[in-house]
Amino acid sequence: MSDDIFQGYKGAALNILKKFNVRVWGQAEVQTTRGLFQGTILPRSENDDDKHIVMKIITGYNIGIDVLTITGMKETGYKKANYKIPEKEFPYSEGLPKVKLIGTGGTIASRLDYRTGAVIPAFSPGELYGAVPELADICNLTTEKVFAVFSENMAPDNYKKLAIAIGKEIEKGVDGIVIGHGTDTLHHTAAALTFMVQDSPVPIVLVGSQRSSDRPSSDAALNLMHSCTAAGHGDIAEVMVCMFGPTSDEYGFLHRGTRVRKMHSSYRSTFRTIGDTPLATVTRKGVVPIKENYNHRRKDRNVKILPYFEEKVAIIYYYPNMQPDIIDSLVANGYKGIVIAGTGLGHVNKPLYPAIERAYAAGVHMYMTVQTLWGYVHMFVYDTGRDLMAKGIIPAGNMLPEAAYIKLGWALGQTNDREEVKRLMLTPVNDEITMREPYNGYLVYQGGVKEVDDFVRKFRK
Amino acid sequence: MTPSFNPRDNYNKTRKNAGYVKRKDATQSDYDRIGFMSGLEVHQQLKTKEKLFCHCPAGRYHKPDIFDAEVIRHMRPTLSELGEYDGTALMEFKTRKNIIYRLKNETTCTYEVDDTPPFPVNREALQIAIEISLLSKLNIVGEVHITRKQYLDGSIPTGFQRTAIIGVEGMLPLPKKNIRLIQLSLEEDACREVSDIGHTRIYRTDRLGMPLIETVTYPEMVNPDEVKEVCDYIRFLNRSTGKVRTGIGAGRQDVNVSCRGGSRVEIKGVAHTRWIPELTHNECYRQWSLLLLRDELLKRISNTDKWKISHIVLDYHDYKFEYGPIKDAKEQQFEIVAVNLPGFKSALSHFTQPGRMFADEISERLKVIACIEHPNMIHSEVFEMSIPEKEFESIKSKLKANDNDAQIIFWGPKDDIKTALETIEERCQMAFKGIPPETRKSIEGGTTIFERVLPGADRMYPDTDSAPIPLEDSYIEELSTKLPQEVIERYHILKNWGAPEDTYTYIFKKDLFPLIERIIKELDYNPVFVTTLFGHKLKFVEGQIKPVAEFNYKIIYALLKYLKEQKLHPELAWRMLPIVYEHPKIDFESILESIKFKRIPSEEIMAKVPFLKSKYAEIRKSDDIKNEHVWIMGQLRKMAIGNINLSELSKMIQSL
Repeated sequence: MSDDIFQGYKGAALNILKKFNVRVWGQAEVQTTRGLFQGTILPRSENDDDKHIVMKIITGYNIGIDVLTITGMKETGYKKANYKIPEKEFPYSEGLPKVKLIGTGGTIASRLDYRTGAVIPAFSPGELYGAVPELADICNLTTEKVFAVFSENMAPDNYKKLAIAIGKEIEKGVDGIVIGHGTDTLHHTAAALTFMVQDSPVPIVLVGSQRSSDRPSSDAALNLMHSCTAAGHGDIAEVMVCMFGPTSDEYGFLHRGTRVRKMHSSYRSTFRTIGDTPLATVTRKGVVPIKENYNHRRKDRNVKILPYFEEKVAIIYYYPNMQPDIIDSLVANGYKGIVIAGTGLGHVNKPLYPAIERAYAAGVHMYMTVQTLWGYVHMFVYDTGRDLMAKGIIPAGNMLPEAAYIKLGWALGQTNDREEVKRLMLTPVNDEITMREPYNGYLVYQGGVKEVDDFVRKFRK
Repeated sequence: MTPSFNPRDNYNKTRKNAGYVKRKDATQSDYDRIGFMSGLEVHQQLKTKEKLFCHCPAGRYHKPDIFDAEVIRHMRPTLSELGEYDGTALMEFKTRKNIIYRLKNETTCTYEVDDTPPFPVNREALQIAIEISLLSKLNIVGEVHITRKQYLDGSIPTGFQRTAIIGVEGMLPLPKKNIRLIQLSLEEDACREVSDIGHTRIYRTDRLGMPLIETVTYPEMVNPDEVKEVCDYIRFLNRSTGKVRTGIGAGRQDVNVSCRGGSRVEIKGVAHTRWIPELTHNECYRQWSLLLLRDELLKRISNTDKWKISHIVLDYHDYKFEYGPIKDAKEQQFEIVAVNLPGFKSALSHFTQPGRMFADEISERLKVIACIEHPNMIHSEVFEMSIPEKEFESIKSKLKANDNDAQIIFWGPKDDIKTALETIEERCQMAFKGIPPETRKSIEGGTTIFERVLPGADRMYPDTDSAPIPLEDSYIEELSTKLPQEVIERYHILKNWGAPEDTYTYIFKKDLFPLIERIIKELDYNPVFVTTLFGHKLKFVEGQIKPVAEFNYKIIYALLKYLKEQKLHPELAWRMLPIVYEHPKIDFESILESIKFKRIPSEEIMAKVPFLKSKYAEIRKSDDIKNEHVWIMGQLRKMAIGNINLSELSKMIQSL
């Protein structure tokens, strides 16, 4: 068992530290066949090998020393680092809106975690104020950590807990809610909250950051300011995602929770509204709506909290040559709902037909979406589509596959009745299916075209 | 202001008190007296095809106004790994700059603008860095850890530079003494600045991300010339690998200087080593003089902890300002503020550097920290007062200033006034303590101006995006066997050859030693002739002529080989070189033609001597036999070069 004084070290590296009686955070002189090294021994990330010792040298840099080269070590002092974002009491200002920041474990404010070598979140209002003092000019902020999970680990239970926590805060009279969240599944949570928290009188803003706040150029601070502005001052009382508009530090977008999707693995401006325009832009000066129709902020405290979710729901991303046993195995494992992301207008191949029939017979609810993301399912155009509908697959309009998955889980959490599920699925709560796709709802311009490049040069910062 | 006080006299007096002498007049005892100490951080770009952490091409540059897109960012200080905020970081945050990056698709991808995590480090660059570390006798680390070094000036869009230590504790054996090295790191190069005006700073991203090494010495140099010598040595060492970039900006150095009792001040980005002596000389005296100012202020002001400035905002209508910059300020609706500095009389005109005084230190900080463009202030100790005496007196009385005080009048946008006042007060308070540690920018004439607060070790953070890279013994050993000869060894060989001392720098700078050695060994030429041909003739030609196609130094090998094979005399190389250099693609035969060289057997030349002797007898004006000899040599010289050695010819004429 490795004690805390050898944090992260194992195997050969741990043995040599023990042999020479040198601790993590100890200042050490290390004799090696490559010469002398001096510095402070640092913890080692658990996933790194056991062949090296990490050291911070006097100039502040970290280096690794190969344990095979070590001939002697001596601890000459000890100084443990105290890593802490300075806490300052968040000041209360009369007249500013009350905003509640609910933490789920995202990287809005974070610090280094030696266990994994990655960053872990810091969260109290005092810490946030220490890191982003501008927040005090926007709102009176309180925080609550509902749970702490990484975005990819968010699960239906978390959605339900969040919905209930939001309901309580609205009852208590906050002017807006901000939810700090990792970005990977931010759009899943946004969809879930749209269905679980209906008719909110105040804005519910989900926010994250693409660059963790331990980096000077992080988008976290600006996203936080934008989301607090939208939650505290904005008139749009919906579940929204607030993230960078362009990659520049310019303005944020407010996206409807059901139409938003993460579209780039690392860009700051990764979240895009699909098949429509974003709801609004937001800067520190305020929210500027793009869409004319939205739910306005109200004074009352009436909100519907519907925290239901059936976990046995899956998405199938169709590919050529998909075998029917994929569907059979879902049925065999007790899945109650399947969302298919089909090709083109919503298609799968013929060999799947019998499996689809078996699934339908077993009572599985099946909905078709498109893996093109943009555009509607349209199953009357080709025979395949007609066949599939005849076998019980229901077209889900232009619902995004992820939104459809979340919605099917939410619907099946309430009822198993085919007609009722269908009614819930096809009646939009907030634009998960839109009646029309505006001409400017599909803009994926391509570089290299003169007009586009001219536009980028002039306008896109 | 008492009539007897004259700022110019005060400036001269304080310069004299500091014992300031011009560099050419300074001796080691001057530097010992003020405790000159200096160290170097030498940056060298590596010659790789691609950048360090992405696959963009390295070494392609664009004009400042040619770009495909712009990105705007702001930088915000974050905690270091050890939980501290860095001083510079906080200052940079105060300046609230909009940073604009201009990018060209050709040289910039999403990595440079911090929208994609780093790709694995460029192995070619890593290998060159290890080779140079081995040459520098550094202890090579067992595992390379990529570290983030914060830079909040915006010169890197991430707000930090990815950098990694390759070796620590090395040594350079210079001819006169050994210089110890602290470390060598491999890092990514920063953006190039386009402009920095008010709250907007513009960068281009072509150079950003190119691999660079930084060699850091201990501060062990004791006079300005030694600093240059060490810097040259490091640059020669880097070039001896043949794997580093050359040309403008490929090598740059930061020079650290302090005087006894002073602070480490870093002069950033010095592009030429020849500027180093003047810069370090002046910086050391600046510090020495500021320490004298501190002593003077401490004598005068008893409670420095409580020392404060006071200020009033001036109403433009109350004064008839005719001074251009103040009139401009009024037009831009700037605020104009008068500040009283209690007990600071004679401090503002205190000597700091040639042509600069303490007041300039304040003015420079107003520009950098408060973003107020120059000219941004006047004060009570300018040599030529630019506003009427009467007005200044009335401002002084409004400030309730007393006779021992000094005053500053500055102007700037309303939003920047608060920071400006803090900046003035802060710089004055620093004067009680001594020398603020800072980075300074070199300007023409060997002086420097404030650039930013000196960052410390608190700005380091492990790069959570990169995994450590192990360096196994077998790899290091393999690289050790392929290293070029050490510069110091080559130095001794040049000395043994009797090569003229003034050729060394050129030979090392251009990494010509291996070529010269080959010529001497393989073609059996005289070393003095070859080193002189390169270090004098080629150097001169390079300065005068622009080649029409790329000139490769190997052509000189071919030229000398040609002369040897054709049994032509080496001296011909002196006449051929300028043409070979200008037209690298022309064959040597044609060059001989173009210089009207004719092959004449030596007997034929000698046969002309009797005729010339009798000719001289006809025209001679003196009986001196020496004159005859000189005249005949003059007549035959052109014909002889390339055909017969001139000293041989001379002997033969004498023997006739």
